[in-house]
Amino acid sequence: MSAVLTPRTDSPEAPAASVDTTSAWSRWANEHRKWLFAAPAMAFVAVLIIFPVAWTGYLSLTDAEGSVRAESEFIGFQNYLDVLTDTDRFWPAVWRTVLFTGVVLFFEVILGMAIALLLWRPFRGEKWVRVAILLPLVATPVAVGMMWRLIFDPNIGMANQLLGWIGIGPQPWLAGQHSALPTTMFIDIWQWTPMVVLILLAGLTSLSEEPQEAARIDGASSWQRFRHVTLPLLMPTVIVAILLRGIDALKTFDILYATKGRGGGSFHEVETLNVYAYGLSFDYNDYGVSSTVLIIFFLIIIGVMWALTYRKKGLGR
Amino acid sequence: MKPSKPYRVFRNSALVVVVFALMAPLLWMIAASFKTNVDIYDTAKAFVFSPSLKNYETVLQQANYLEFIGNSLWVAFAATTLSLLLGVPAAYSMSRFNMKKSALVVLMARVIPGVSLLVPWYYVFSNLKLVGGFSVLILSHMFVSLPLIVYIMMGYFDGLPTELEEAALVDGLTHIGAFRRITLPLSVPGVATAGILSFIFSWNNFMFALVLSGADTKTLPVAIFDFVGYASIDWGGLMAAATVVTLPIMLIALFVQKYVVSGLTAGATKG
Repeated sequence: MSAVLTPRTDSPEAPAASVDTTSAWSRWANEHRKWLFAAPAMAFVAVLIIFPVAWTGYLSLTDAEGSVRAESEFIGFQNYLDVLTDTDRFWPAVWRTVLFTGVVLFFEVILGMAIALLLWRPFRGEKWVRVAILLPLVATPVAVGMMWRLIFDPNIGMANQLLGWIGIGPQPWLAGQHSALPTTMFIDIWQWTPMVVLILLAGLTSLSEEPQEAARIDGASSWQRFRHVTLPLLMPTVIVAILLRGIDALKTFDILYATKGRGGGSFHEVETLNVYAYGLSFDYNDYGVSSTVLIIFFLIIIGVMWALTYRKKGLGR
Repeated sequence: MKPSKPYRVFRNSALVVVVFALMAPLLWMIAASFKTNVDIYDTAKAFVFSPSLKNYETVLQQANYLEFIGNSLWVAFAATTLSLLLGVPAAYSMSRFNMKKSALVVLMARVIPGVSLLVPWYYVFSNLKLVGGFSVLILSHMFVSLPLIVYIMMGYFDGLPTELEEAALVDGLTHIGAFRRITLPLSVPGVATAGILSFIFSWNNFMFALVLSGADTKTLPVAIFDFVGYASIDWGGLMAAATVVTLPIMLIALFVQKYVVSGLTAGATKG
């Protein structure tokens, strides 16, 4: 663009006479504006990412432990060997991470789609429904965790009271060894389904009306219209929603920490990779192993993202 | 075409269920914050109780929450302002020069698990005697805010026609002048969106503050845990604390609902 439009370096309030005093810096700045604008932000992120990630990579090859200042020895890929053969903590954490992400994404996308379709056409009271949808997702996640902790308390919580009214016995919810993870999934679905609703609704609103009309004139039922017209057109937006939510679901930390505390509870029942890595780093100070877990975790996230973007590109046309 | 009557009945009842499911827990939390602990343990007083402000007294006076509110405000405000200063020009450049790879570098910050950054940060900043101070906390929150701002603003600048800038160039403005006097004033809604979202995310951030904040810089999400003891939980105080943390941010979001929604859905429809 700058080749076509040669910049004039004199600004309006600097008449021709003063060009010489201002132009040197101004001309330089305008010529290099691309990097002048972008470099500070990129440098900030690069210094704060590249250095820590490189260091995490290095630590994963050492036996660093105890204090961050303590001497450590280079031990090659020993940590990777240990971690990948650890069926006690590591693989269960991988499984919980995958399960958690898969289940919450499934429900959030199905429910999100259903609610978005309900909200698609204008109706009276729309404003209030939108308010209700916005509130959970701006609420502080740790506070949300605490709120559900009271509701799911086995003795005094409202959840068991409600079950009692319909004749079902009390459940342990977050306190149970097997019910804790599903309960945290429920909390995540409660908080983040609205996010999917908003994204899909934005996608629906941007769809053109004509294919809908054409299908209607051809006599397609509303299910057929959804299945064969709306859904294929909306698919790129659905993938964006899955991508955005998926990254955050894999990294879920706040509600797990708020509801079950350190280590994902006394039996590690909600210990996902992120919670496990946090515990290794800041409760056990086992930096070598925690770095190894983090590098593997990071690779998993990148892999999932790559697969989804790849899929999105395939669907784009 | 107007929807049929049976559909309208179905839709309205479904929406009532949705609104109830989303709102009831929040209202329950707020209600519990006005109950004494005796009333919280008494299931007969689930709905009928005499409201008390005792929990808020505990939270705001004994638990020192006024200071934590100040900390949270300051960190969120500083991180947002600094991220806007860095992020808006960067997003402009990345949008106008189509710098896809550079944008990816900034957006990587959103993908990386925070824990992997915290150990090296903690090491470096504790050597510099900065852990426990505001500067590190603000820096770490900028790490959340900056990618968000760049992402939202890139989408916004992509949507602004370049013709106005070109006209300004013909009229004698420099490129930077055109950005400052033409593009930036037109971008106020985008900057507002990015700023509000960044503020919300910083206010809600927990993990960075958990590791990097000290006694004097503790932010609200970390301070909530003061009410969770090993042996017992002060439920009334905890719910009042949770309300103090969430209510301001929910109210802000309501007032600027349009911006929050457009920020959260930024880039979703480009396909």
